[in-house]
Amino acid sequence: MRIDTRTANGVTILDVHGKITIGEGSAEIRNRVRDLLQSGRKNILLNLSDVSYVDSSGIGELVSCYTTVANQGGHLKLLGLTRKVQELLAITKLLTVFESYEDEKKAIASY
Amino acid sequence: MRKCDIEISLASELRYLDVIQGVSDSITRMLELDDDTRYWVGMSVRESVTNAILHGNKMDEGKRVWVRFNLAPESLVIYVRDEGAGFDESKLPDPLDPKNLLRPSGRGIFYIRTFMDDVRYTILPEGGMEVRMEKRVNHKVKGDQEGEANAN
Repeated sequence: MRIDTRTANGVTILDVHGKITIGEGSAEIRNRVRDLLQSGRKNILLNLSDVSYVDSSGIGELVSCYTTVANQGGHLKLLGLTRKVQELLAITKLLTVFESYEDEKKAIASY
Repeated sequence: MRKCDIEISLASELRYLDVIQGVSDSITRMLELDDDTRYWVGMSVRESVTNAILHGNKMDEGKRVWVRFNLAPESLVIYVRDEGAGFDESKLPDPLDPKNLLRPSGRGIFYIRTFMDDVRYTILPEGGMEVRMEKRVNHKVKGDQEGEANAN
């Protein structure tokens, strides 16, 4: 997994590449999000459009990041969900929890 | 297709998850399952082996996980067995319960139950836990579709 960080209009965008699975460093996202919160960056957009595979641990990792950011008074939203990730979130009712976008501009404007 | 078994034994290391998922993908491709079904069966195998390594064998590399694919004309049955103490499935928290929605774990078995047609957990008398996952194979549908295409 690789994570690139960029900023647009006060929103930190994490471009995640590769797999978010238990053996593939899913904790990297958590660590990156924690570092952002510590530096006061609380508006975070996770771009998952280049994520090839997510398992249940990866879904749990997204949930964990969401609650960590929310508890700090921030907002974590999702961008570019693949159909498979959408299904995984939908059947566990997590699409009702996460705010997700297909269009990056709309996602940034939503903060 | 004639009935046959493919059995694999692996050490309790997470790096083997890609290997076992690759085996699942090869078998479901051989069975000519559609792309979505292959994806979800592969994920169910991966989740089951993850549970066996993590929760069953507690990451003890000296303990093994056995995965058996039983291929038959009408179904694919997959068994995943570990050397752990097992668990009471009825005591697992419901991940859809509003109070559990934001829990970081506890969704793997729910996903397996969603994607497979029949799932059964058994604590084995000789020790260890085994999950039996069945995916029914409907080759008739494929034949029917070809027949319709030919008729048109």
